[in-house]
Amino acid sequence: MSQHLPVLLVAVPLFLAPVAALVGRWKLAWAVAAAGCWWAFAASIMLLRRVMDEGTIHYAMGGWEAPYGIEYRIDLVSAFVALIVAAIGAVVIPYARTSIAKEVSEDRGALFYSAFLLCLSGLLGISVTGDVFNVFVFLEVSSLSAYAMIALGQDRRALTAAFQYLIMGSTGATFIVIGIGLLYVMTGTLNMADLAERLPAVSDNRTIPVAFTFLTVGITLKLALFPLHLWLPNAYTYAPSAVTAFIASTATKVAVYLLLRFFFTVFGAAFAFEQMQLDMVLMPLALVAILGMSLVAIYQENVKRLLAFSSVAQIGYMVLGISFGSVLGVTSGILHLFNHALMKGALFMAMGCVMYSVGSVRIEKMAGLGKVMPWTMAAFVGGGLSLIGVPFTVGFVSKWYLVQAALEQGMWPVAAVVMVGSLMALVYIWKVVEVAYFQAADPDHQIREAPLSMLVPTWVLVLASFYFGIDASTTASIATRAAETLLGVGL
Amino acid sequence: MDDRVILRIGAKILIPFILLFALYVQFHGDYGPGGGFQAGVIFAAAFVLYALVFGLGNAVKVLPPQAVYVCGALGVMIYMGVGFVTMALGGAFLDYNVLAPDPTHGQHYGILAVELGVLVTVFGVMVALFYAFAGRRRLDL
Repeated sequence: MSQHLPVLLVAVPLFLAPVAALVGRWKLAWAVAAAGCWWAFAASIMLLRRVMDEGTIHYAMGGWEAPYGIEYRIDLVSAFVALIVAAIGAVVIPYARTSIAKEVSEDRGALFYSAFLLCLSGLLGISVTGDVFNVFVFLEVSSLSAYAMIALGQDRRALTAAFQYLIMGSTGATFIVIGIGLLYVMTGTLNMADLAERLPAVSDNRTIPVAFTFLTVGITLKLALFPLHLWLPNAYTYAPSAVTAFIASTATKVAVYLLLRFFFTVFGAAFAFEQMQLDMVLMPLALVAILGMSLVAIYQENVKRLLAFSSVAQIGYMVLGISFGSVLGVTSGILHLFNHALMKGALFMAMGCVMYSVGSVRIEKMAGLGKVMPWTMAAFVGGGLSLIGVPFTVGFVSKWYLVQAALEQGMWPVAAVVMVGSLMALVYIWKVVEVAYFQAADPDHQIREAPLSMLVPTWVLVLASFYFGIDASTTASIATRAAETLLGVGL
Repeated sequence: MDDRVILRIGAKILIPFILLFALYVQFHGDYGPGGGFQAGVIFAAAFVLYALVFGLGNAVKVLPPQAVYVCGALGVMIYMGVGFVTMALGGAFLDYNVLAPDPTHGQHYGILAVELGVLVTVFGVMVALFYAFAGRRRLDL
């Protein structure tokens, strides 16, 4: 049993997905999905502990040894990302029960939970596999199910949003598979570790930089780095609330993981940063994302859309950390991966509560909500503080590491941009807080607090974002060790 | 449709052979070109032909949308189920060697079993897509 854990982490949710579709009634389907999510959470915790104790885990699919067969290769980075995905899934699924029942029609409930499990297993699969083609397959599994879930939103614009995401996402996936194909032509292998060994011998051939470029563009499309983020705001805005919370906290994070995997494990930091001068591309884009998208977020009237633009800005922080190419920079990127999943998950879930009770997430509809929905809005403020980067929240921890990484390189203007980005986050969070707390509620509307089944999961994430902000030693040490693994130092 | 004798009789003659050919492609997948995906598409093509000639109403009577829906999900379960069986028998996930006393037969059975899963899902999804486009409305489950 325990030696099969790497594959069971992915296989159990994947097996339960068709089961959820077949049981028919949405309550049963929910129970199946919850079993899958909680199993994945338990399995990912066990895997992370085992990786921390024993080092990298290998699992040969079908008994075919790598590099000939597909290998699951779980190192600290994989295990950490898998834990983030599974944890968010485990928190979102109880929340989804109430939220989805309201936002998605009953006869589609079973299909929704089936898609949810597919998306979860796809994302988990990407994070644990050691085979680049397997990455592409799981990427498609998770993306296709995500398009379907987004299209289930109440608003008819969800359909165009999902279609736009489908076109952009498929373009990204095509670029990724072209990159993988070129690598395969040059090296004859698809195994990541094997690729890393064989690539240096052929790296002066022009095909390899082309493959690298295709992969970089494809993955940055998937992670919505400015200016390839256009699919994201609509998809996040019109998707059902639980889907937004889940996808915003996991899908782009897994894409950032892929970026790390390809840059550092497959191509190697020397190739990516010295030969290809990746930092010259990524850093300006990340800085524009932070400033530009925060500015756009300030002018949004729909809070989910506001948070979506803020997500693009936050992805800028992660990519900025990676673009330093230093241990501290990559640490801050990985750390922000985890921290942003917590805070954005909490914020989107708070907005889901507002959607549940008010039926809209436009700012003007939120007047006086601080009094009528005190727990929901307090959760929003908690997540918002983290987004701004106030001390004792996870946002502060990530920004602390990011600023340190910038100063380590002597780039104080970059550190200044991070600070300005935080101030802009303050502006857009305050916009919501002001309306919710300092404007009187419309007395004609009878609005009640969201049910406990939605508030508890939201608060779990809010409290987690405070807990890991106060005691960051666990996450920071895992992130540091993960960054050292990726950069191949300190081991 | 009653006056189109050639179409009707032609389809009636062809459909059994198309179904048989799908099974041929399925079972020969490990020796020659083919496999579950192609077999599933060919199998579905027989029903598409039936629907084109005899009308969607008759096709839905032969193969109800519920059955198509179940097929779409069932194939994935067959595929994953083979993986769980091989694990229960002491091998790795999808390690077909343990399915029979000697590895050659084990690989043979394993491939056929997972390809059967692929066939069932691909068949279900293909027909579901056809029904969705032909009916221009949601399948009533």
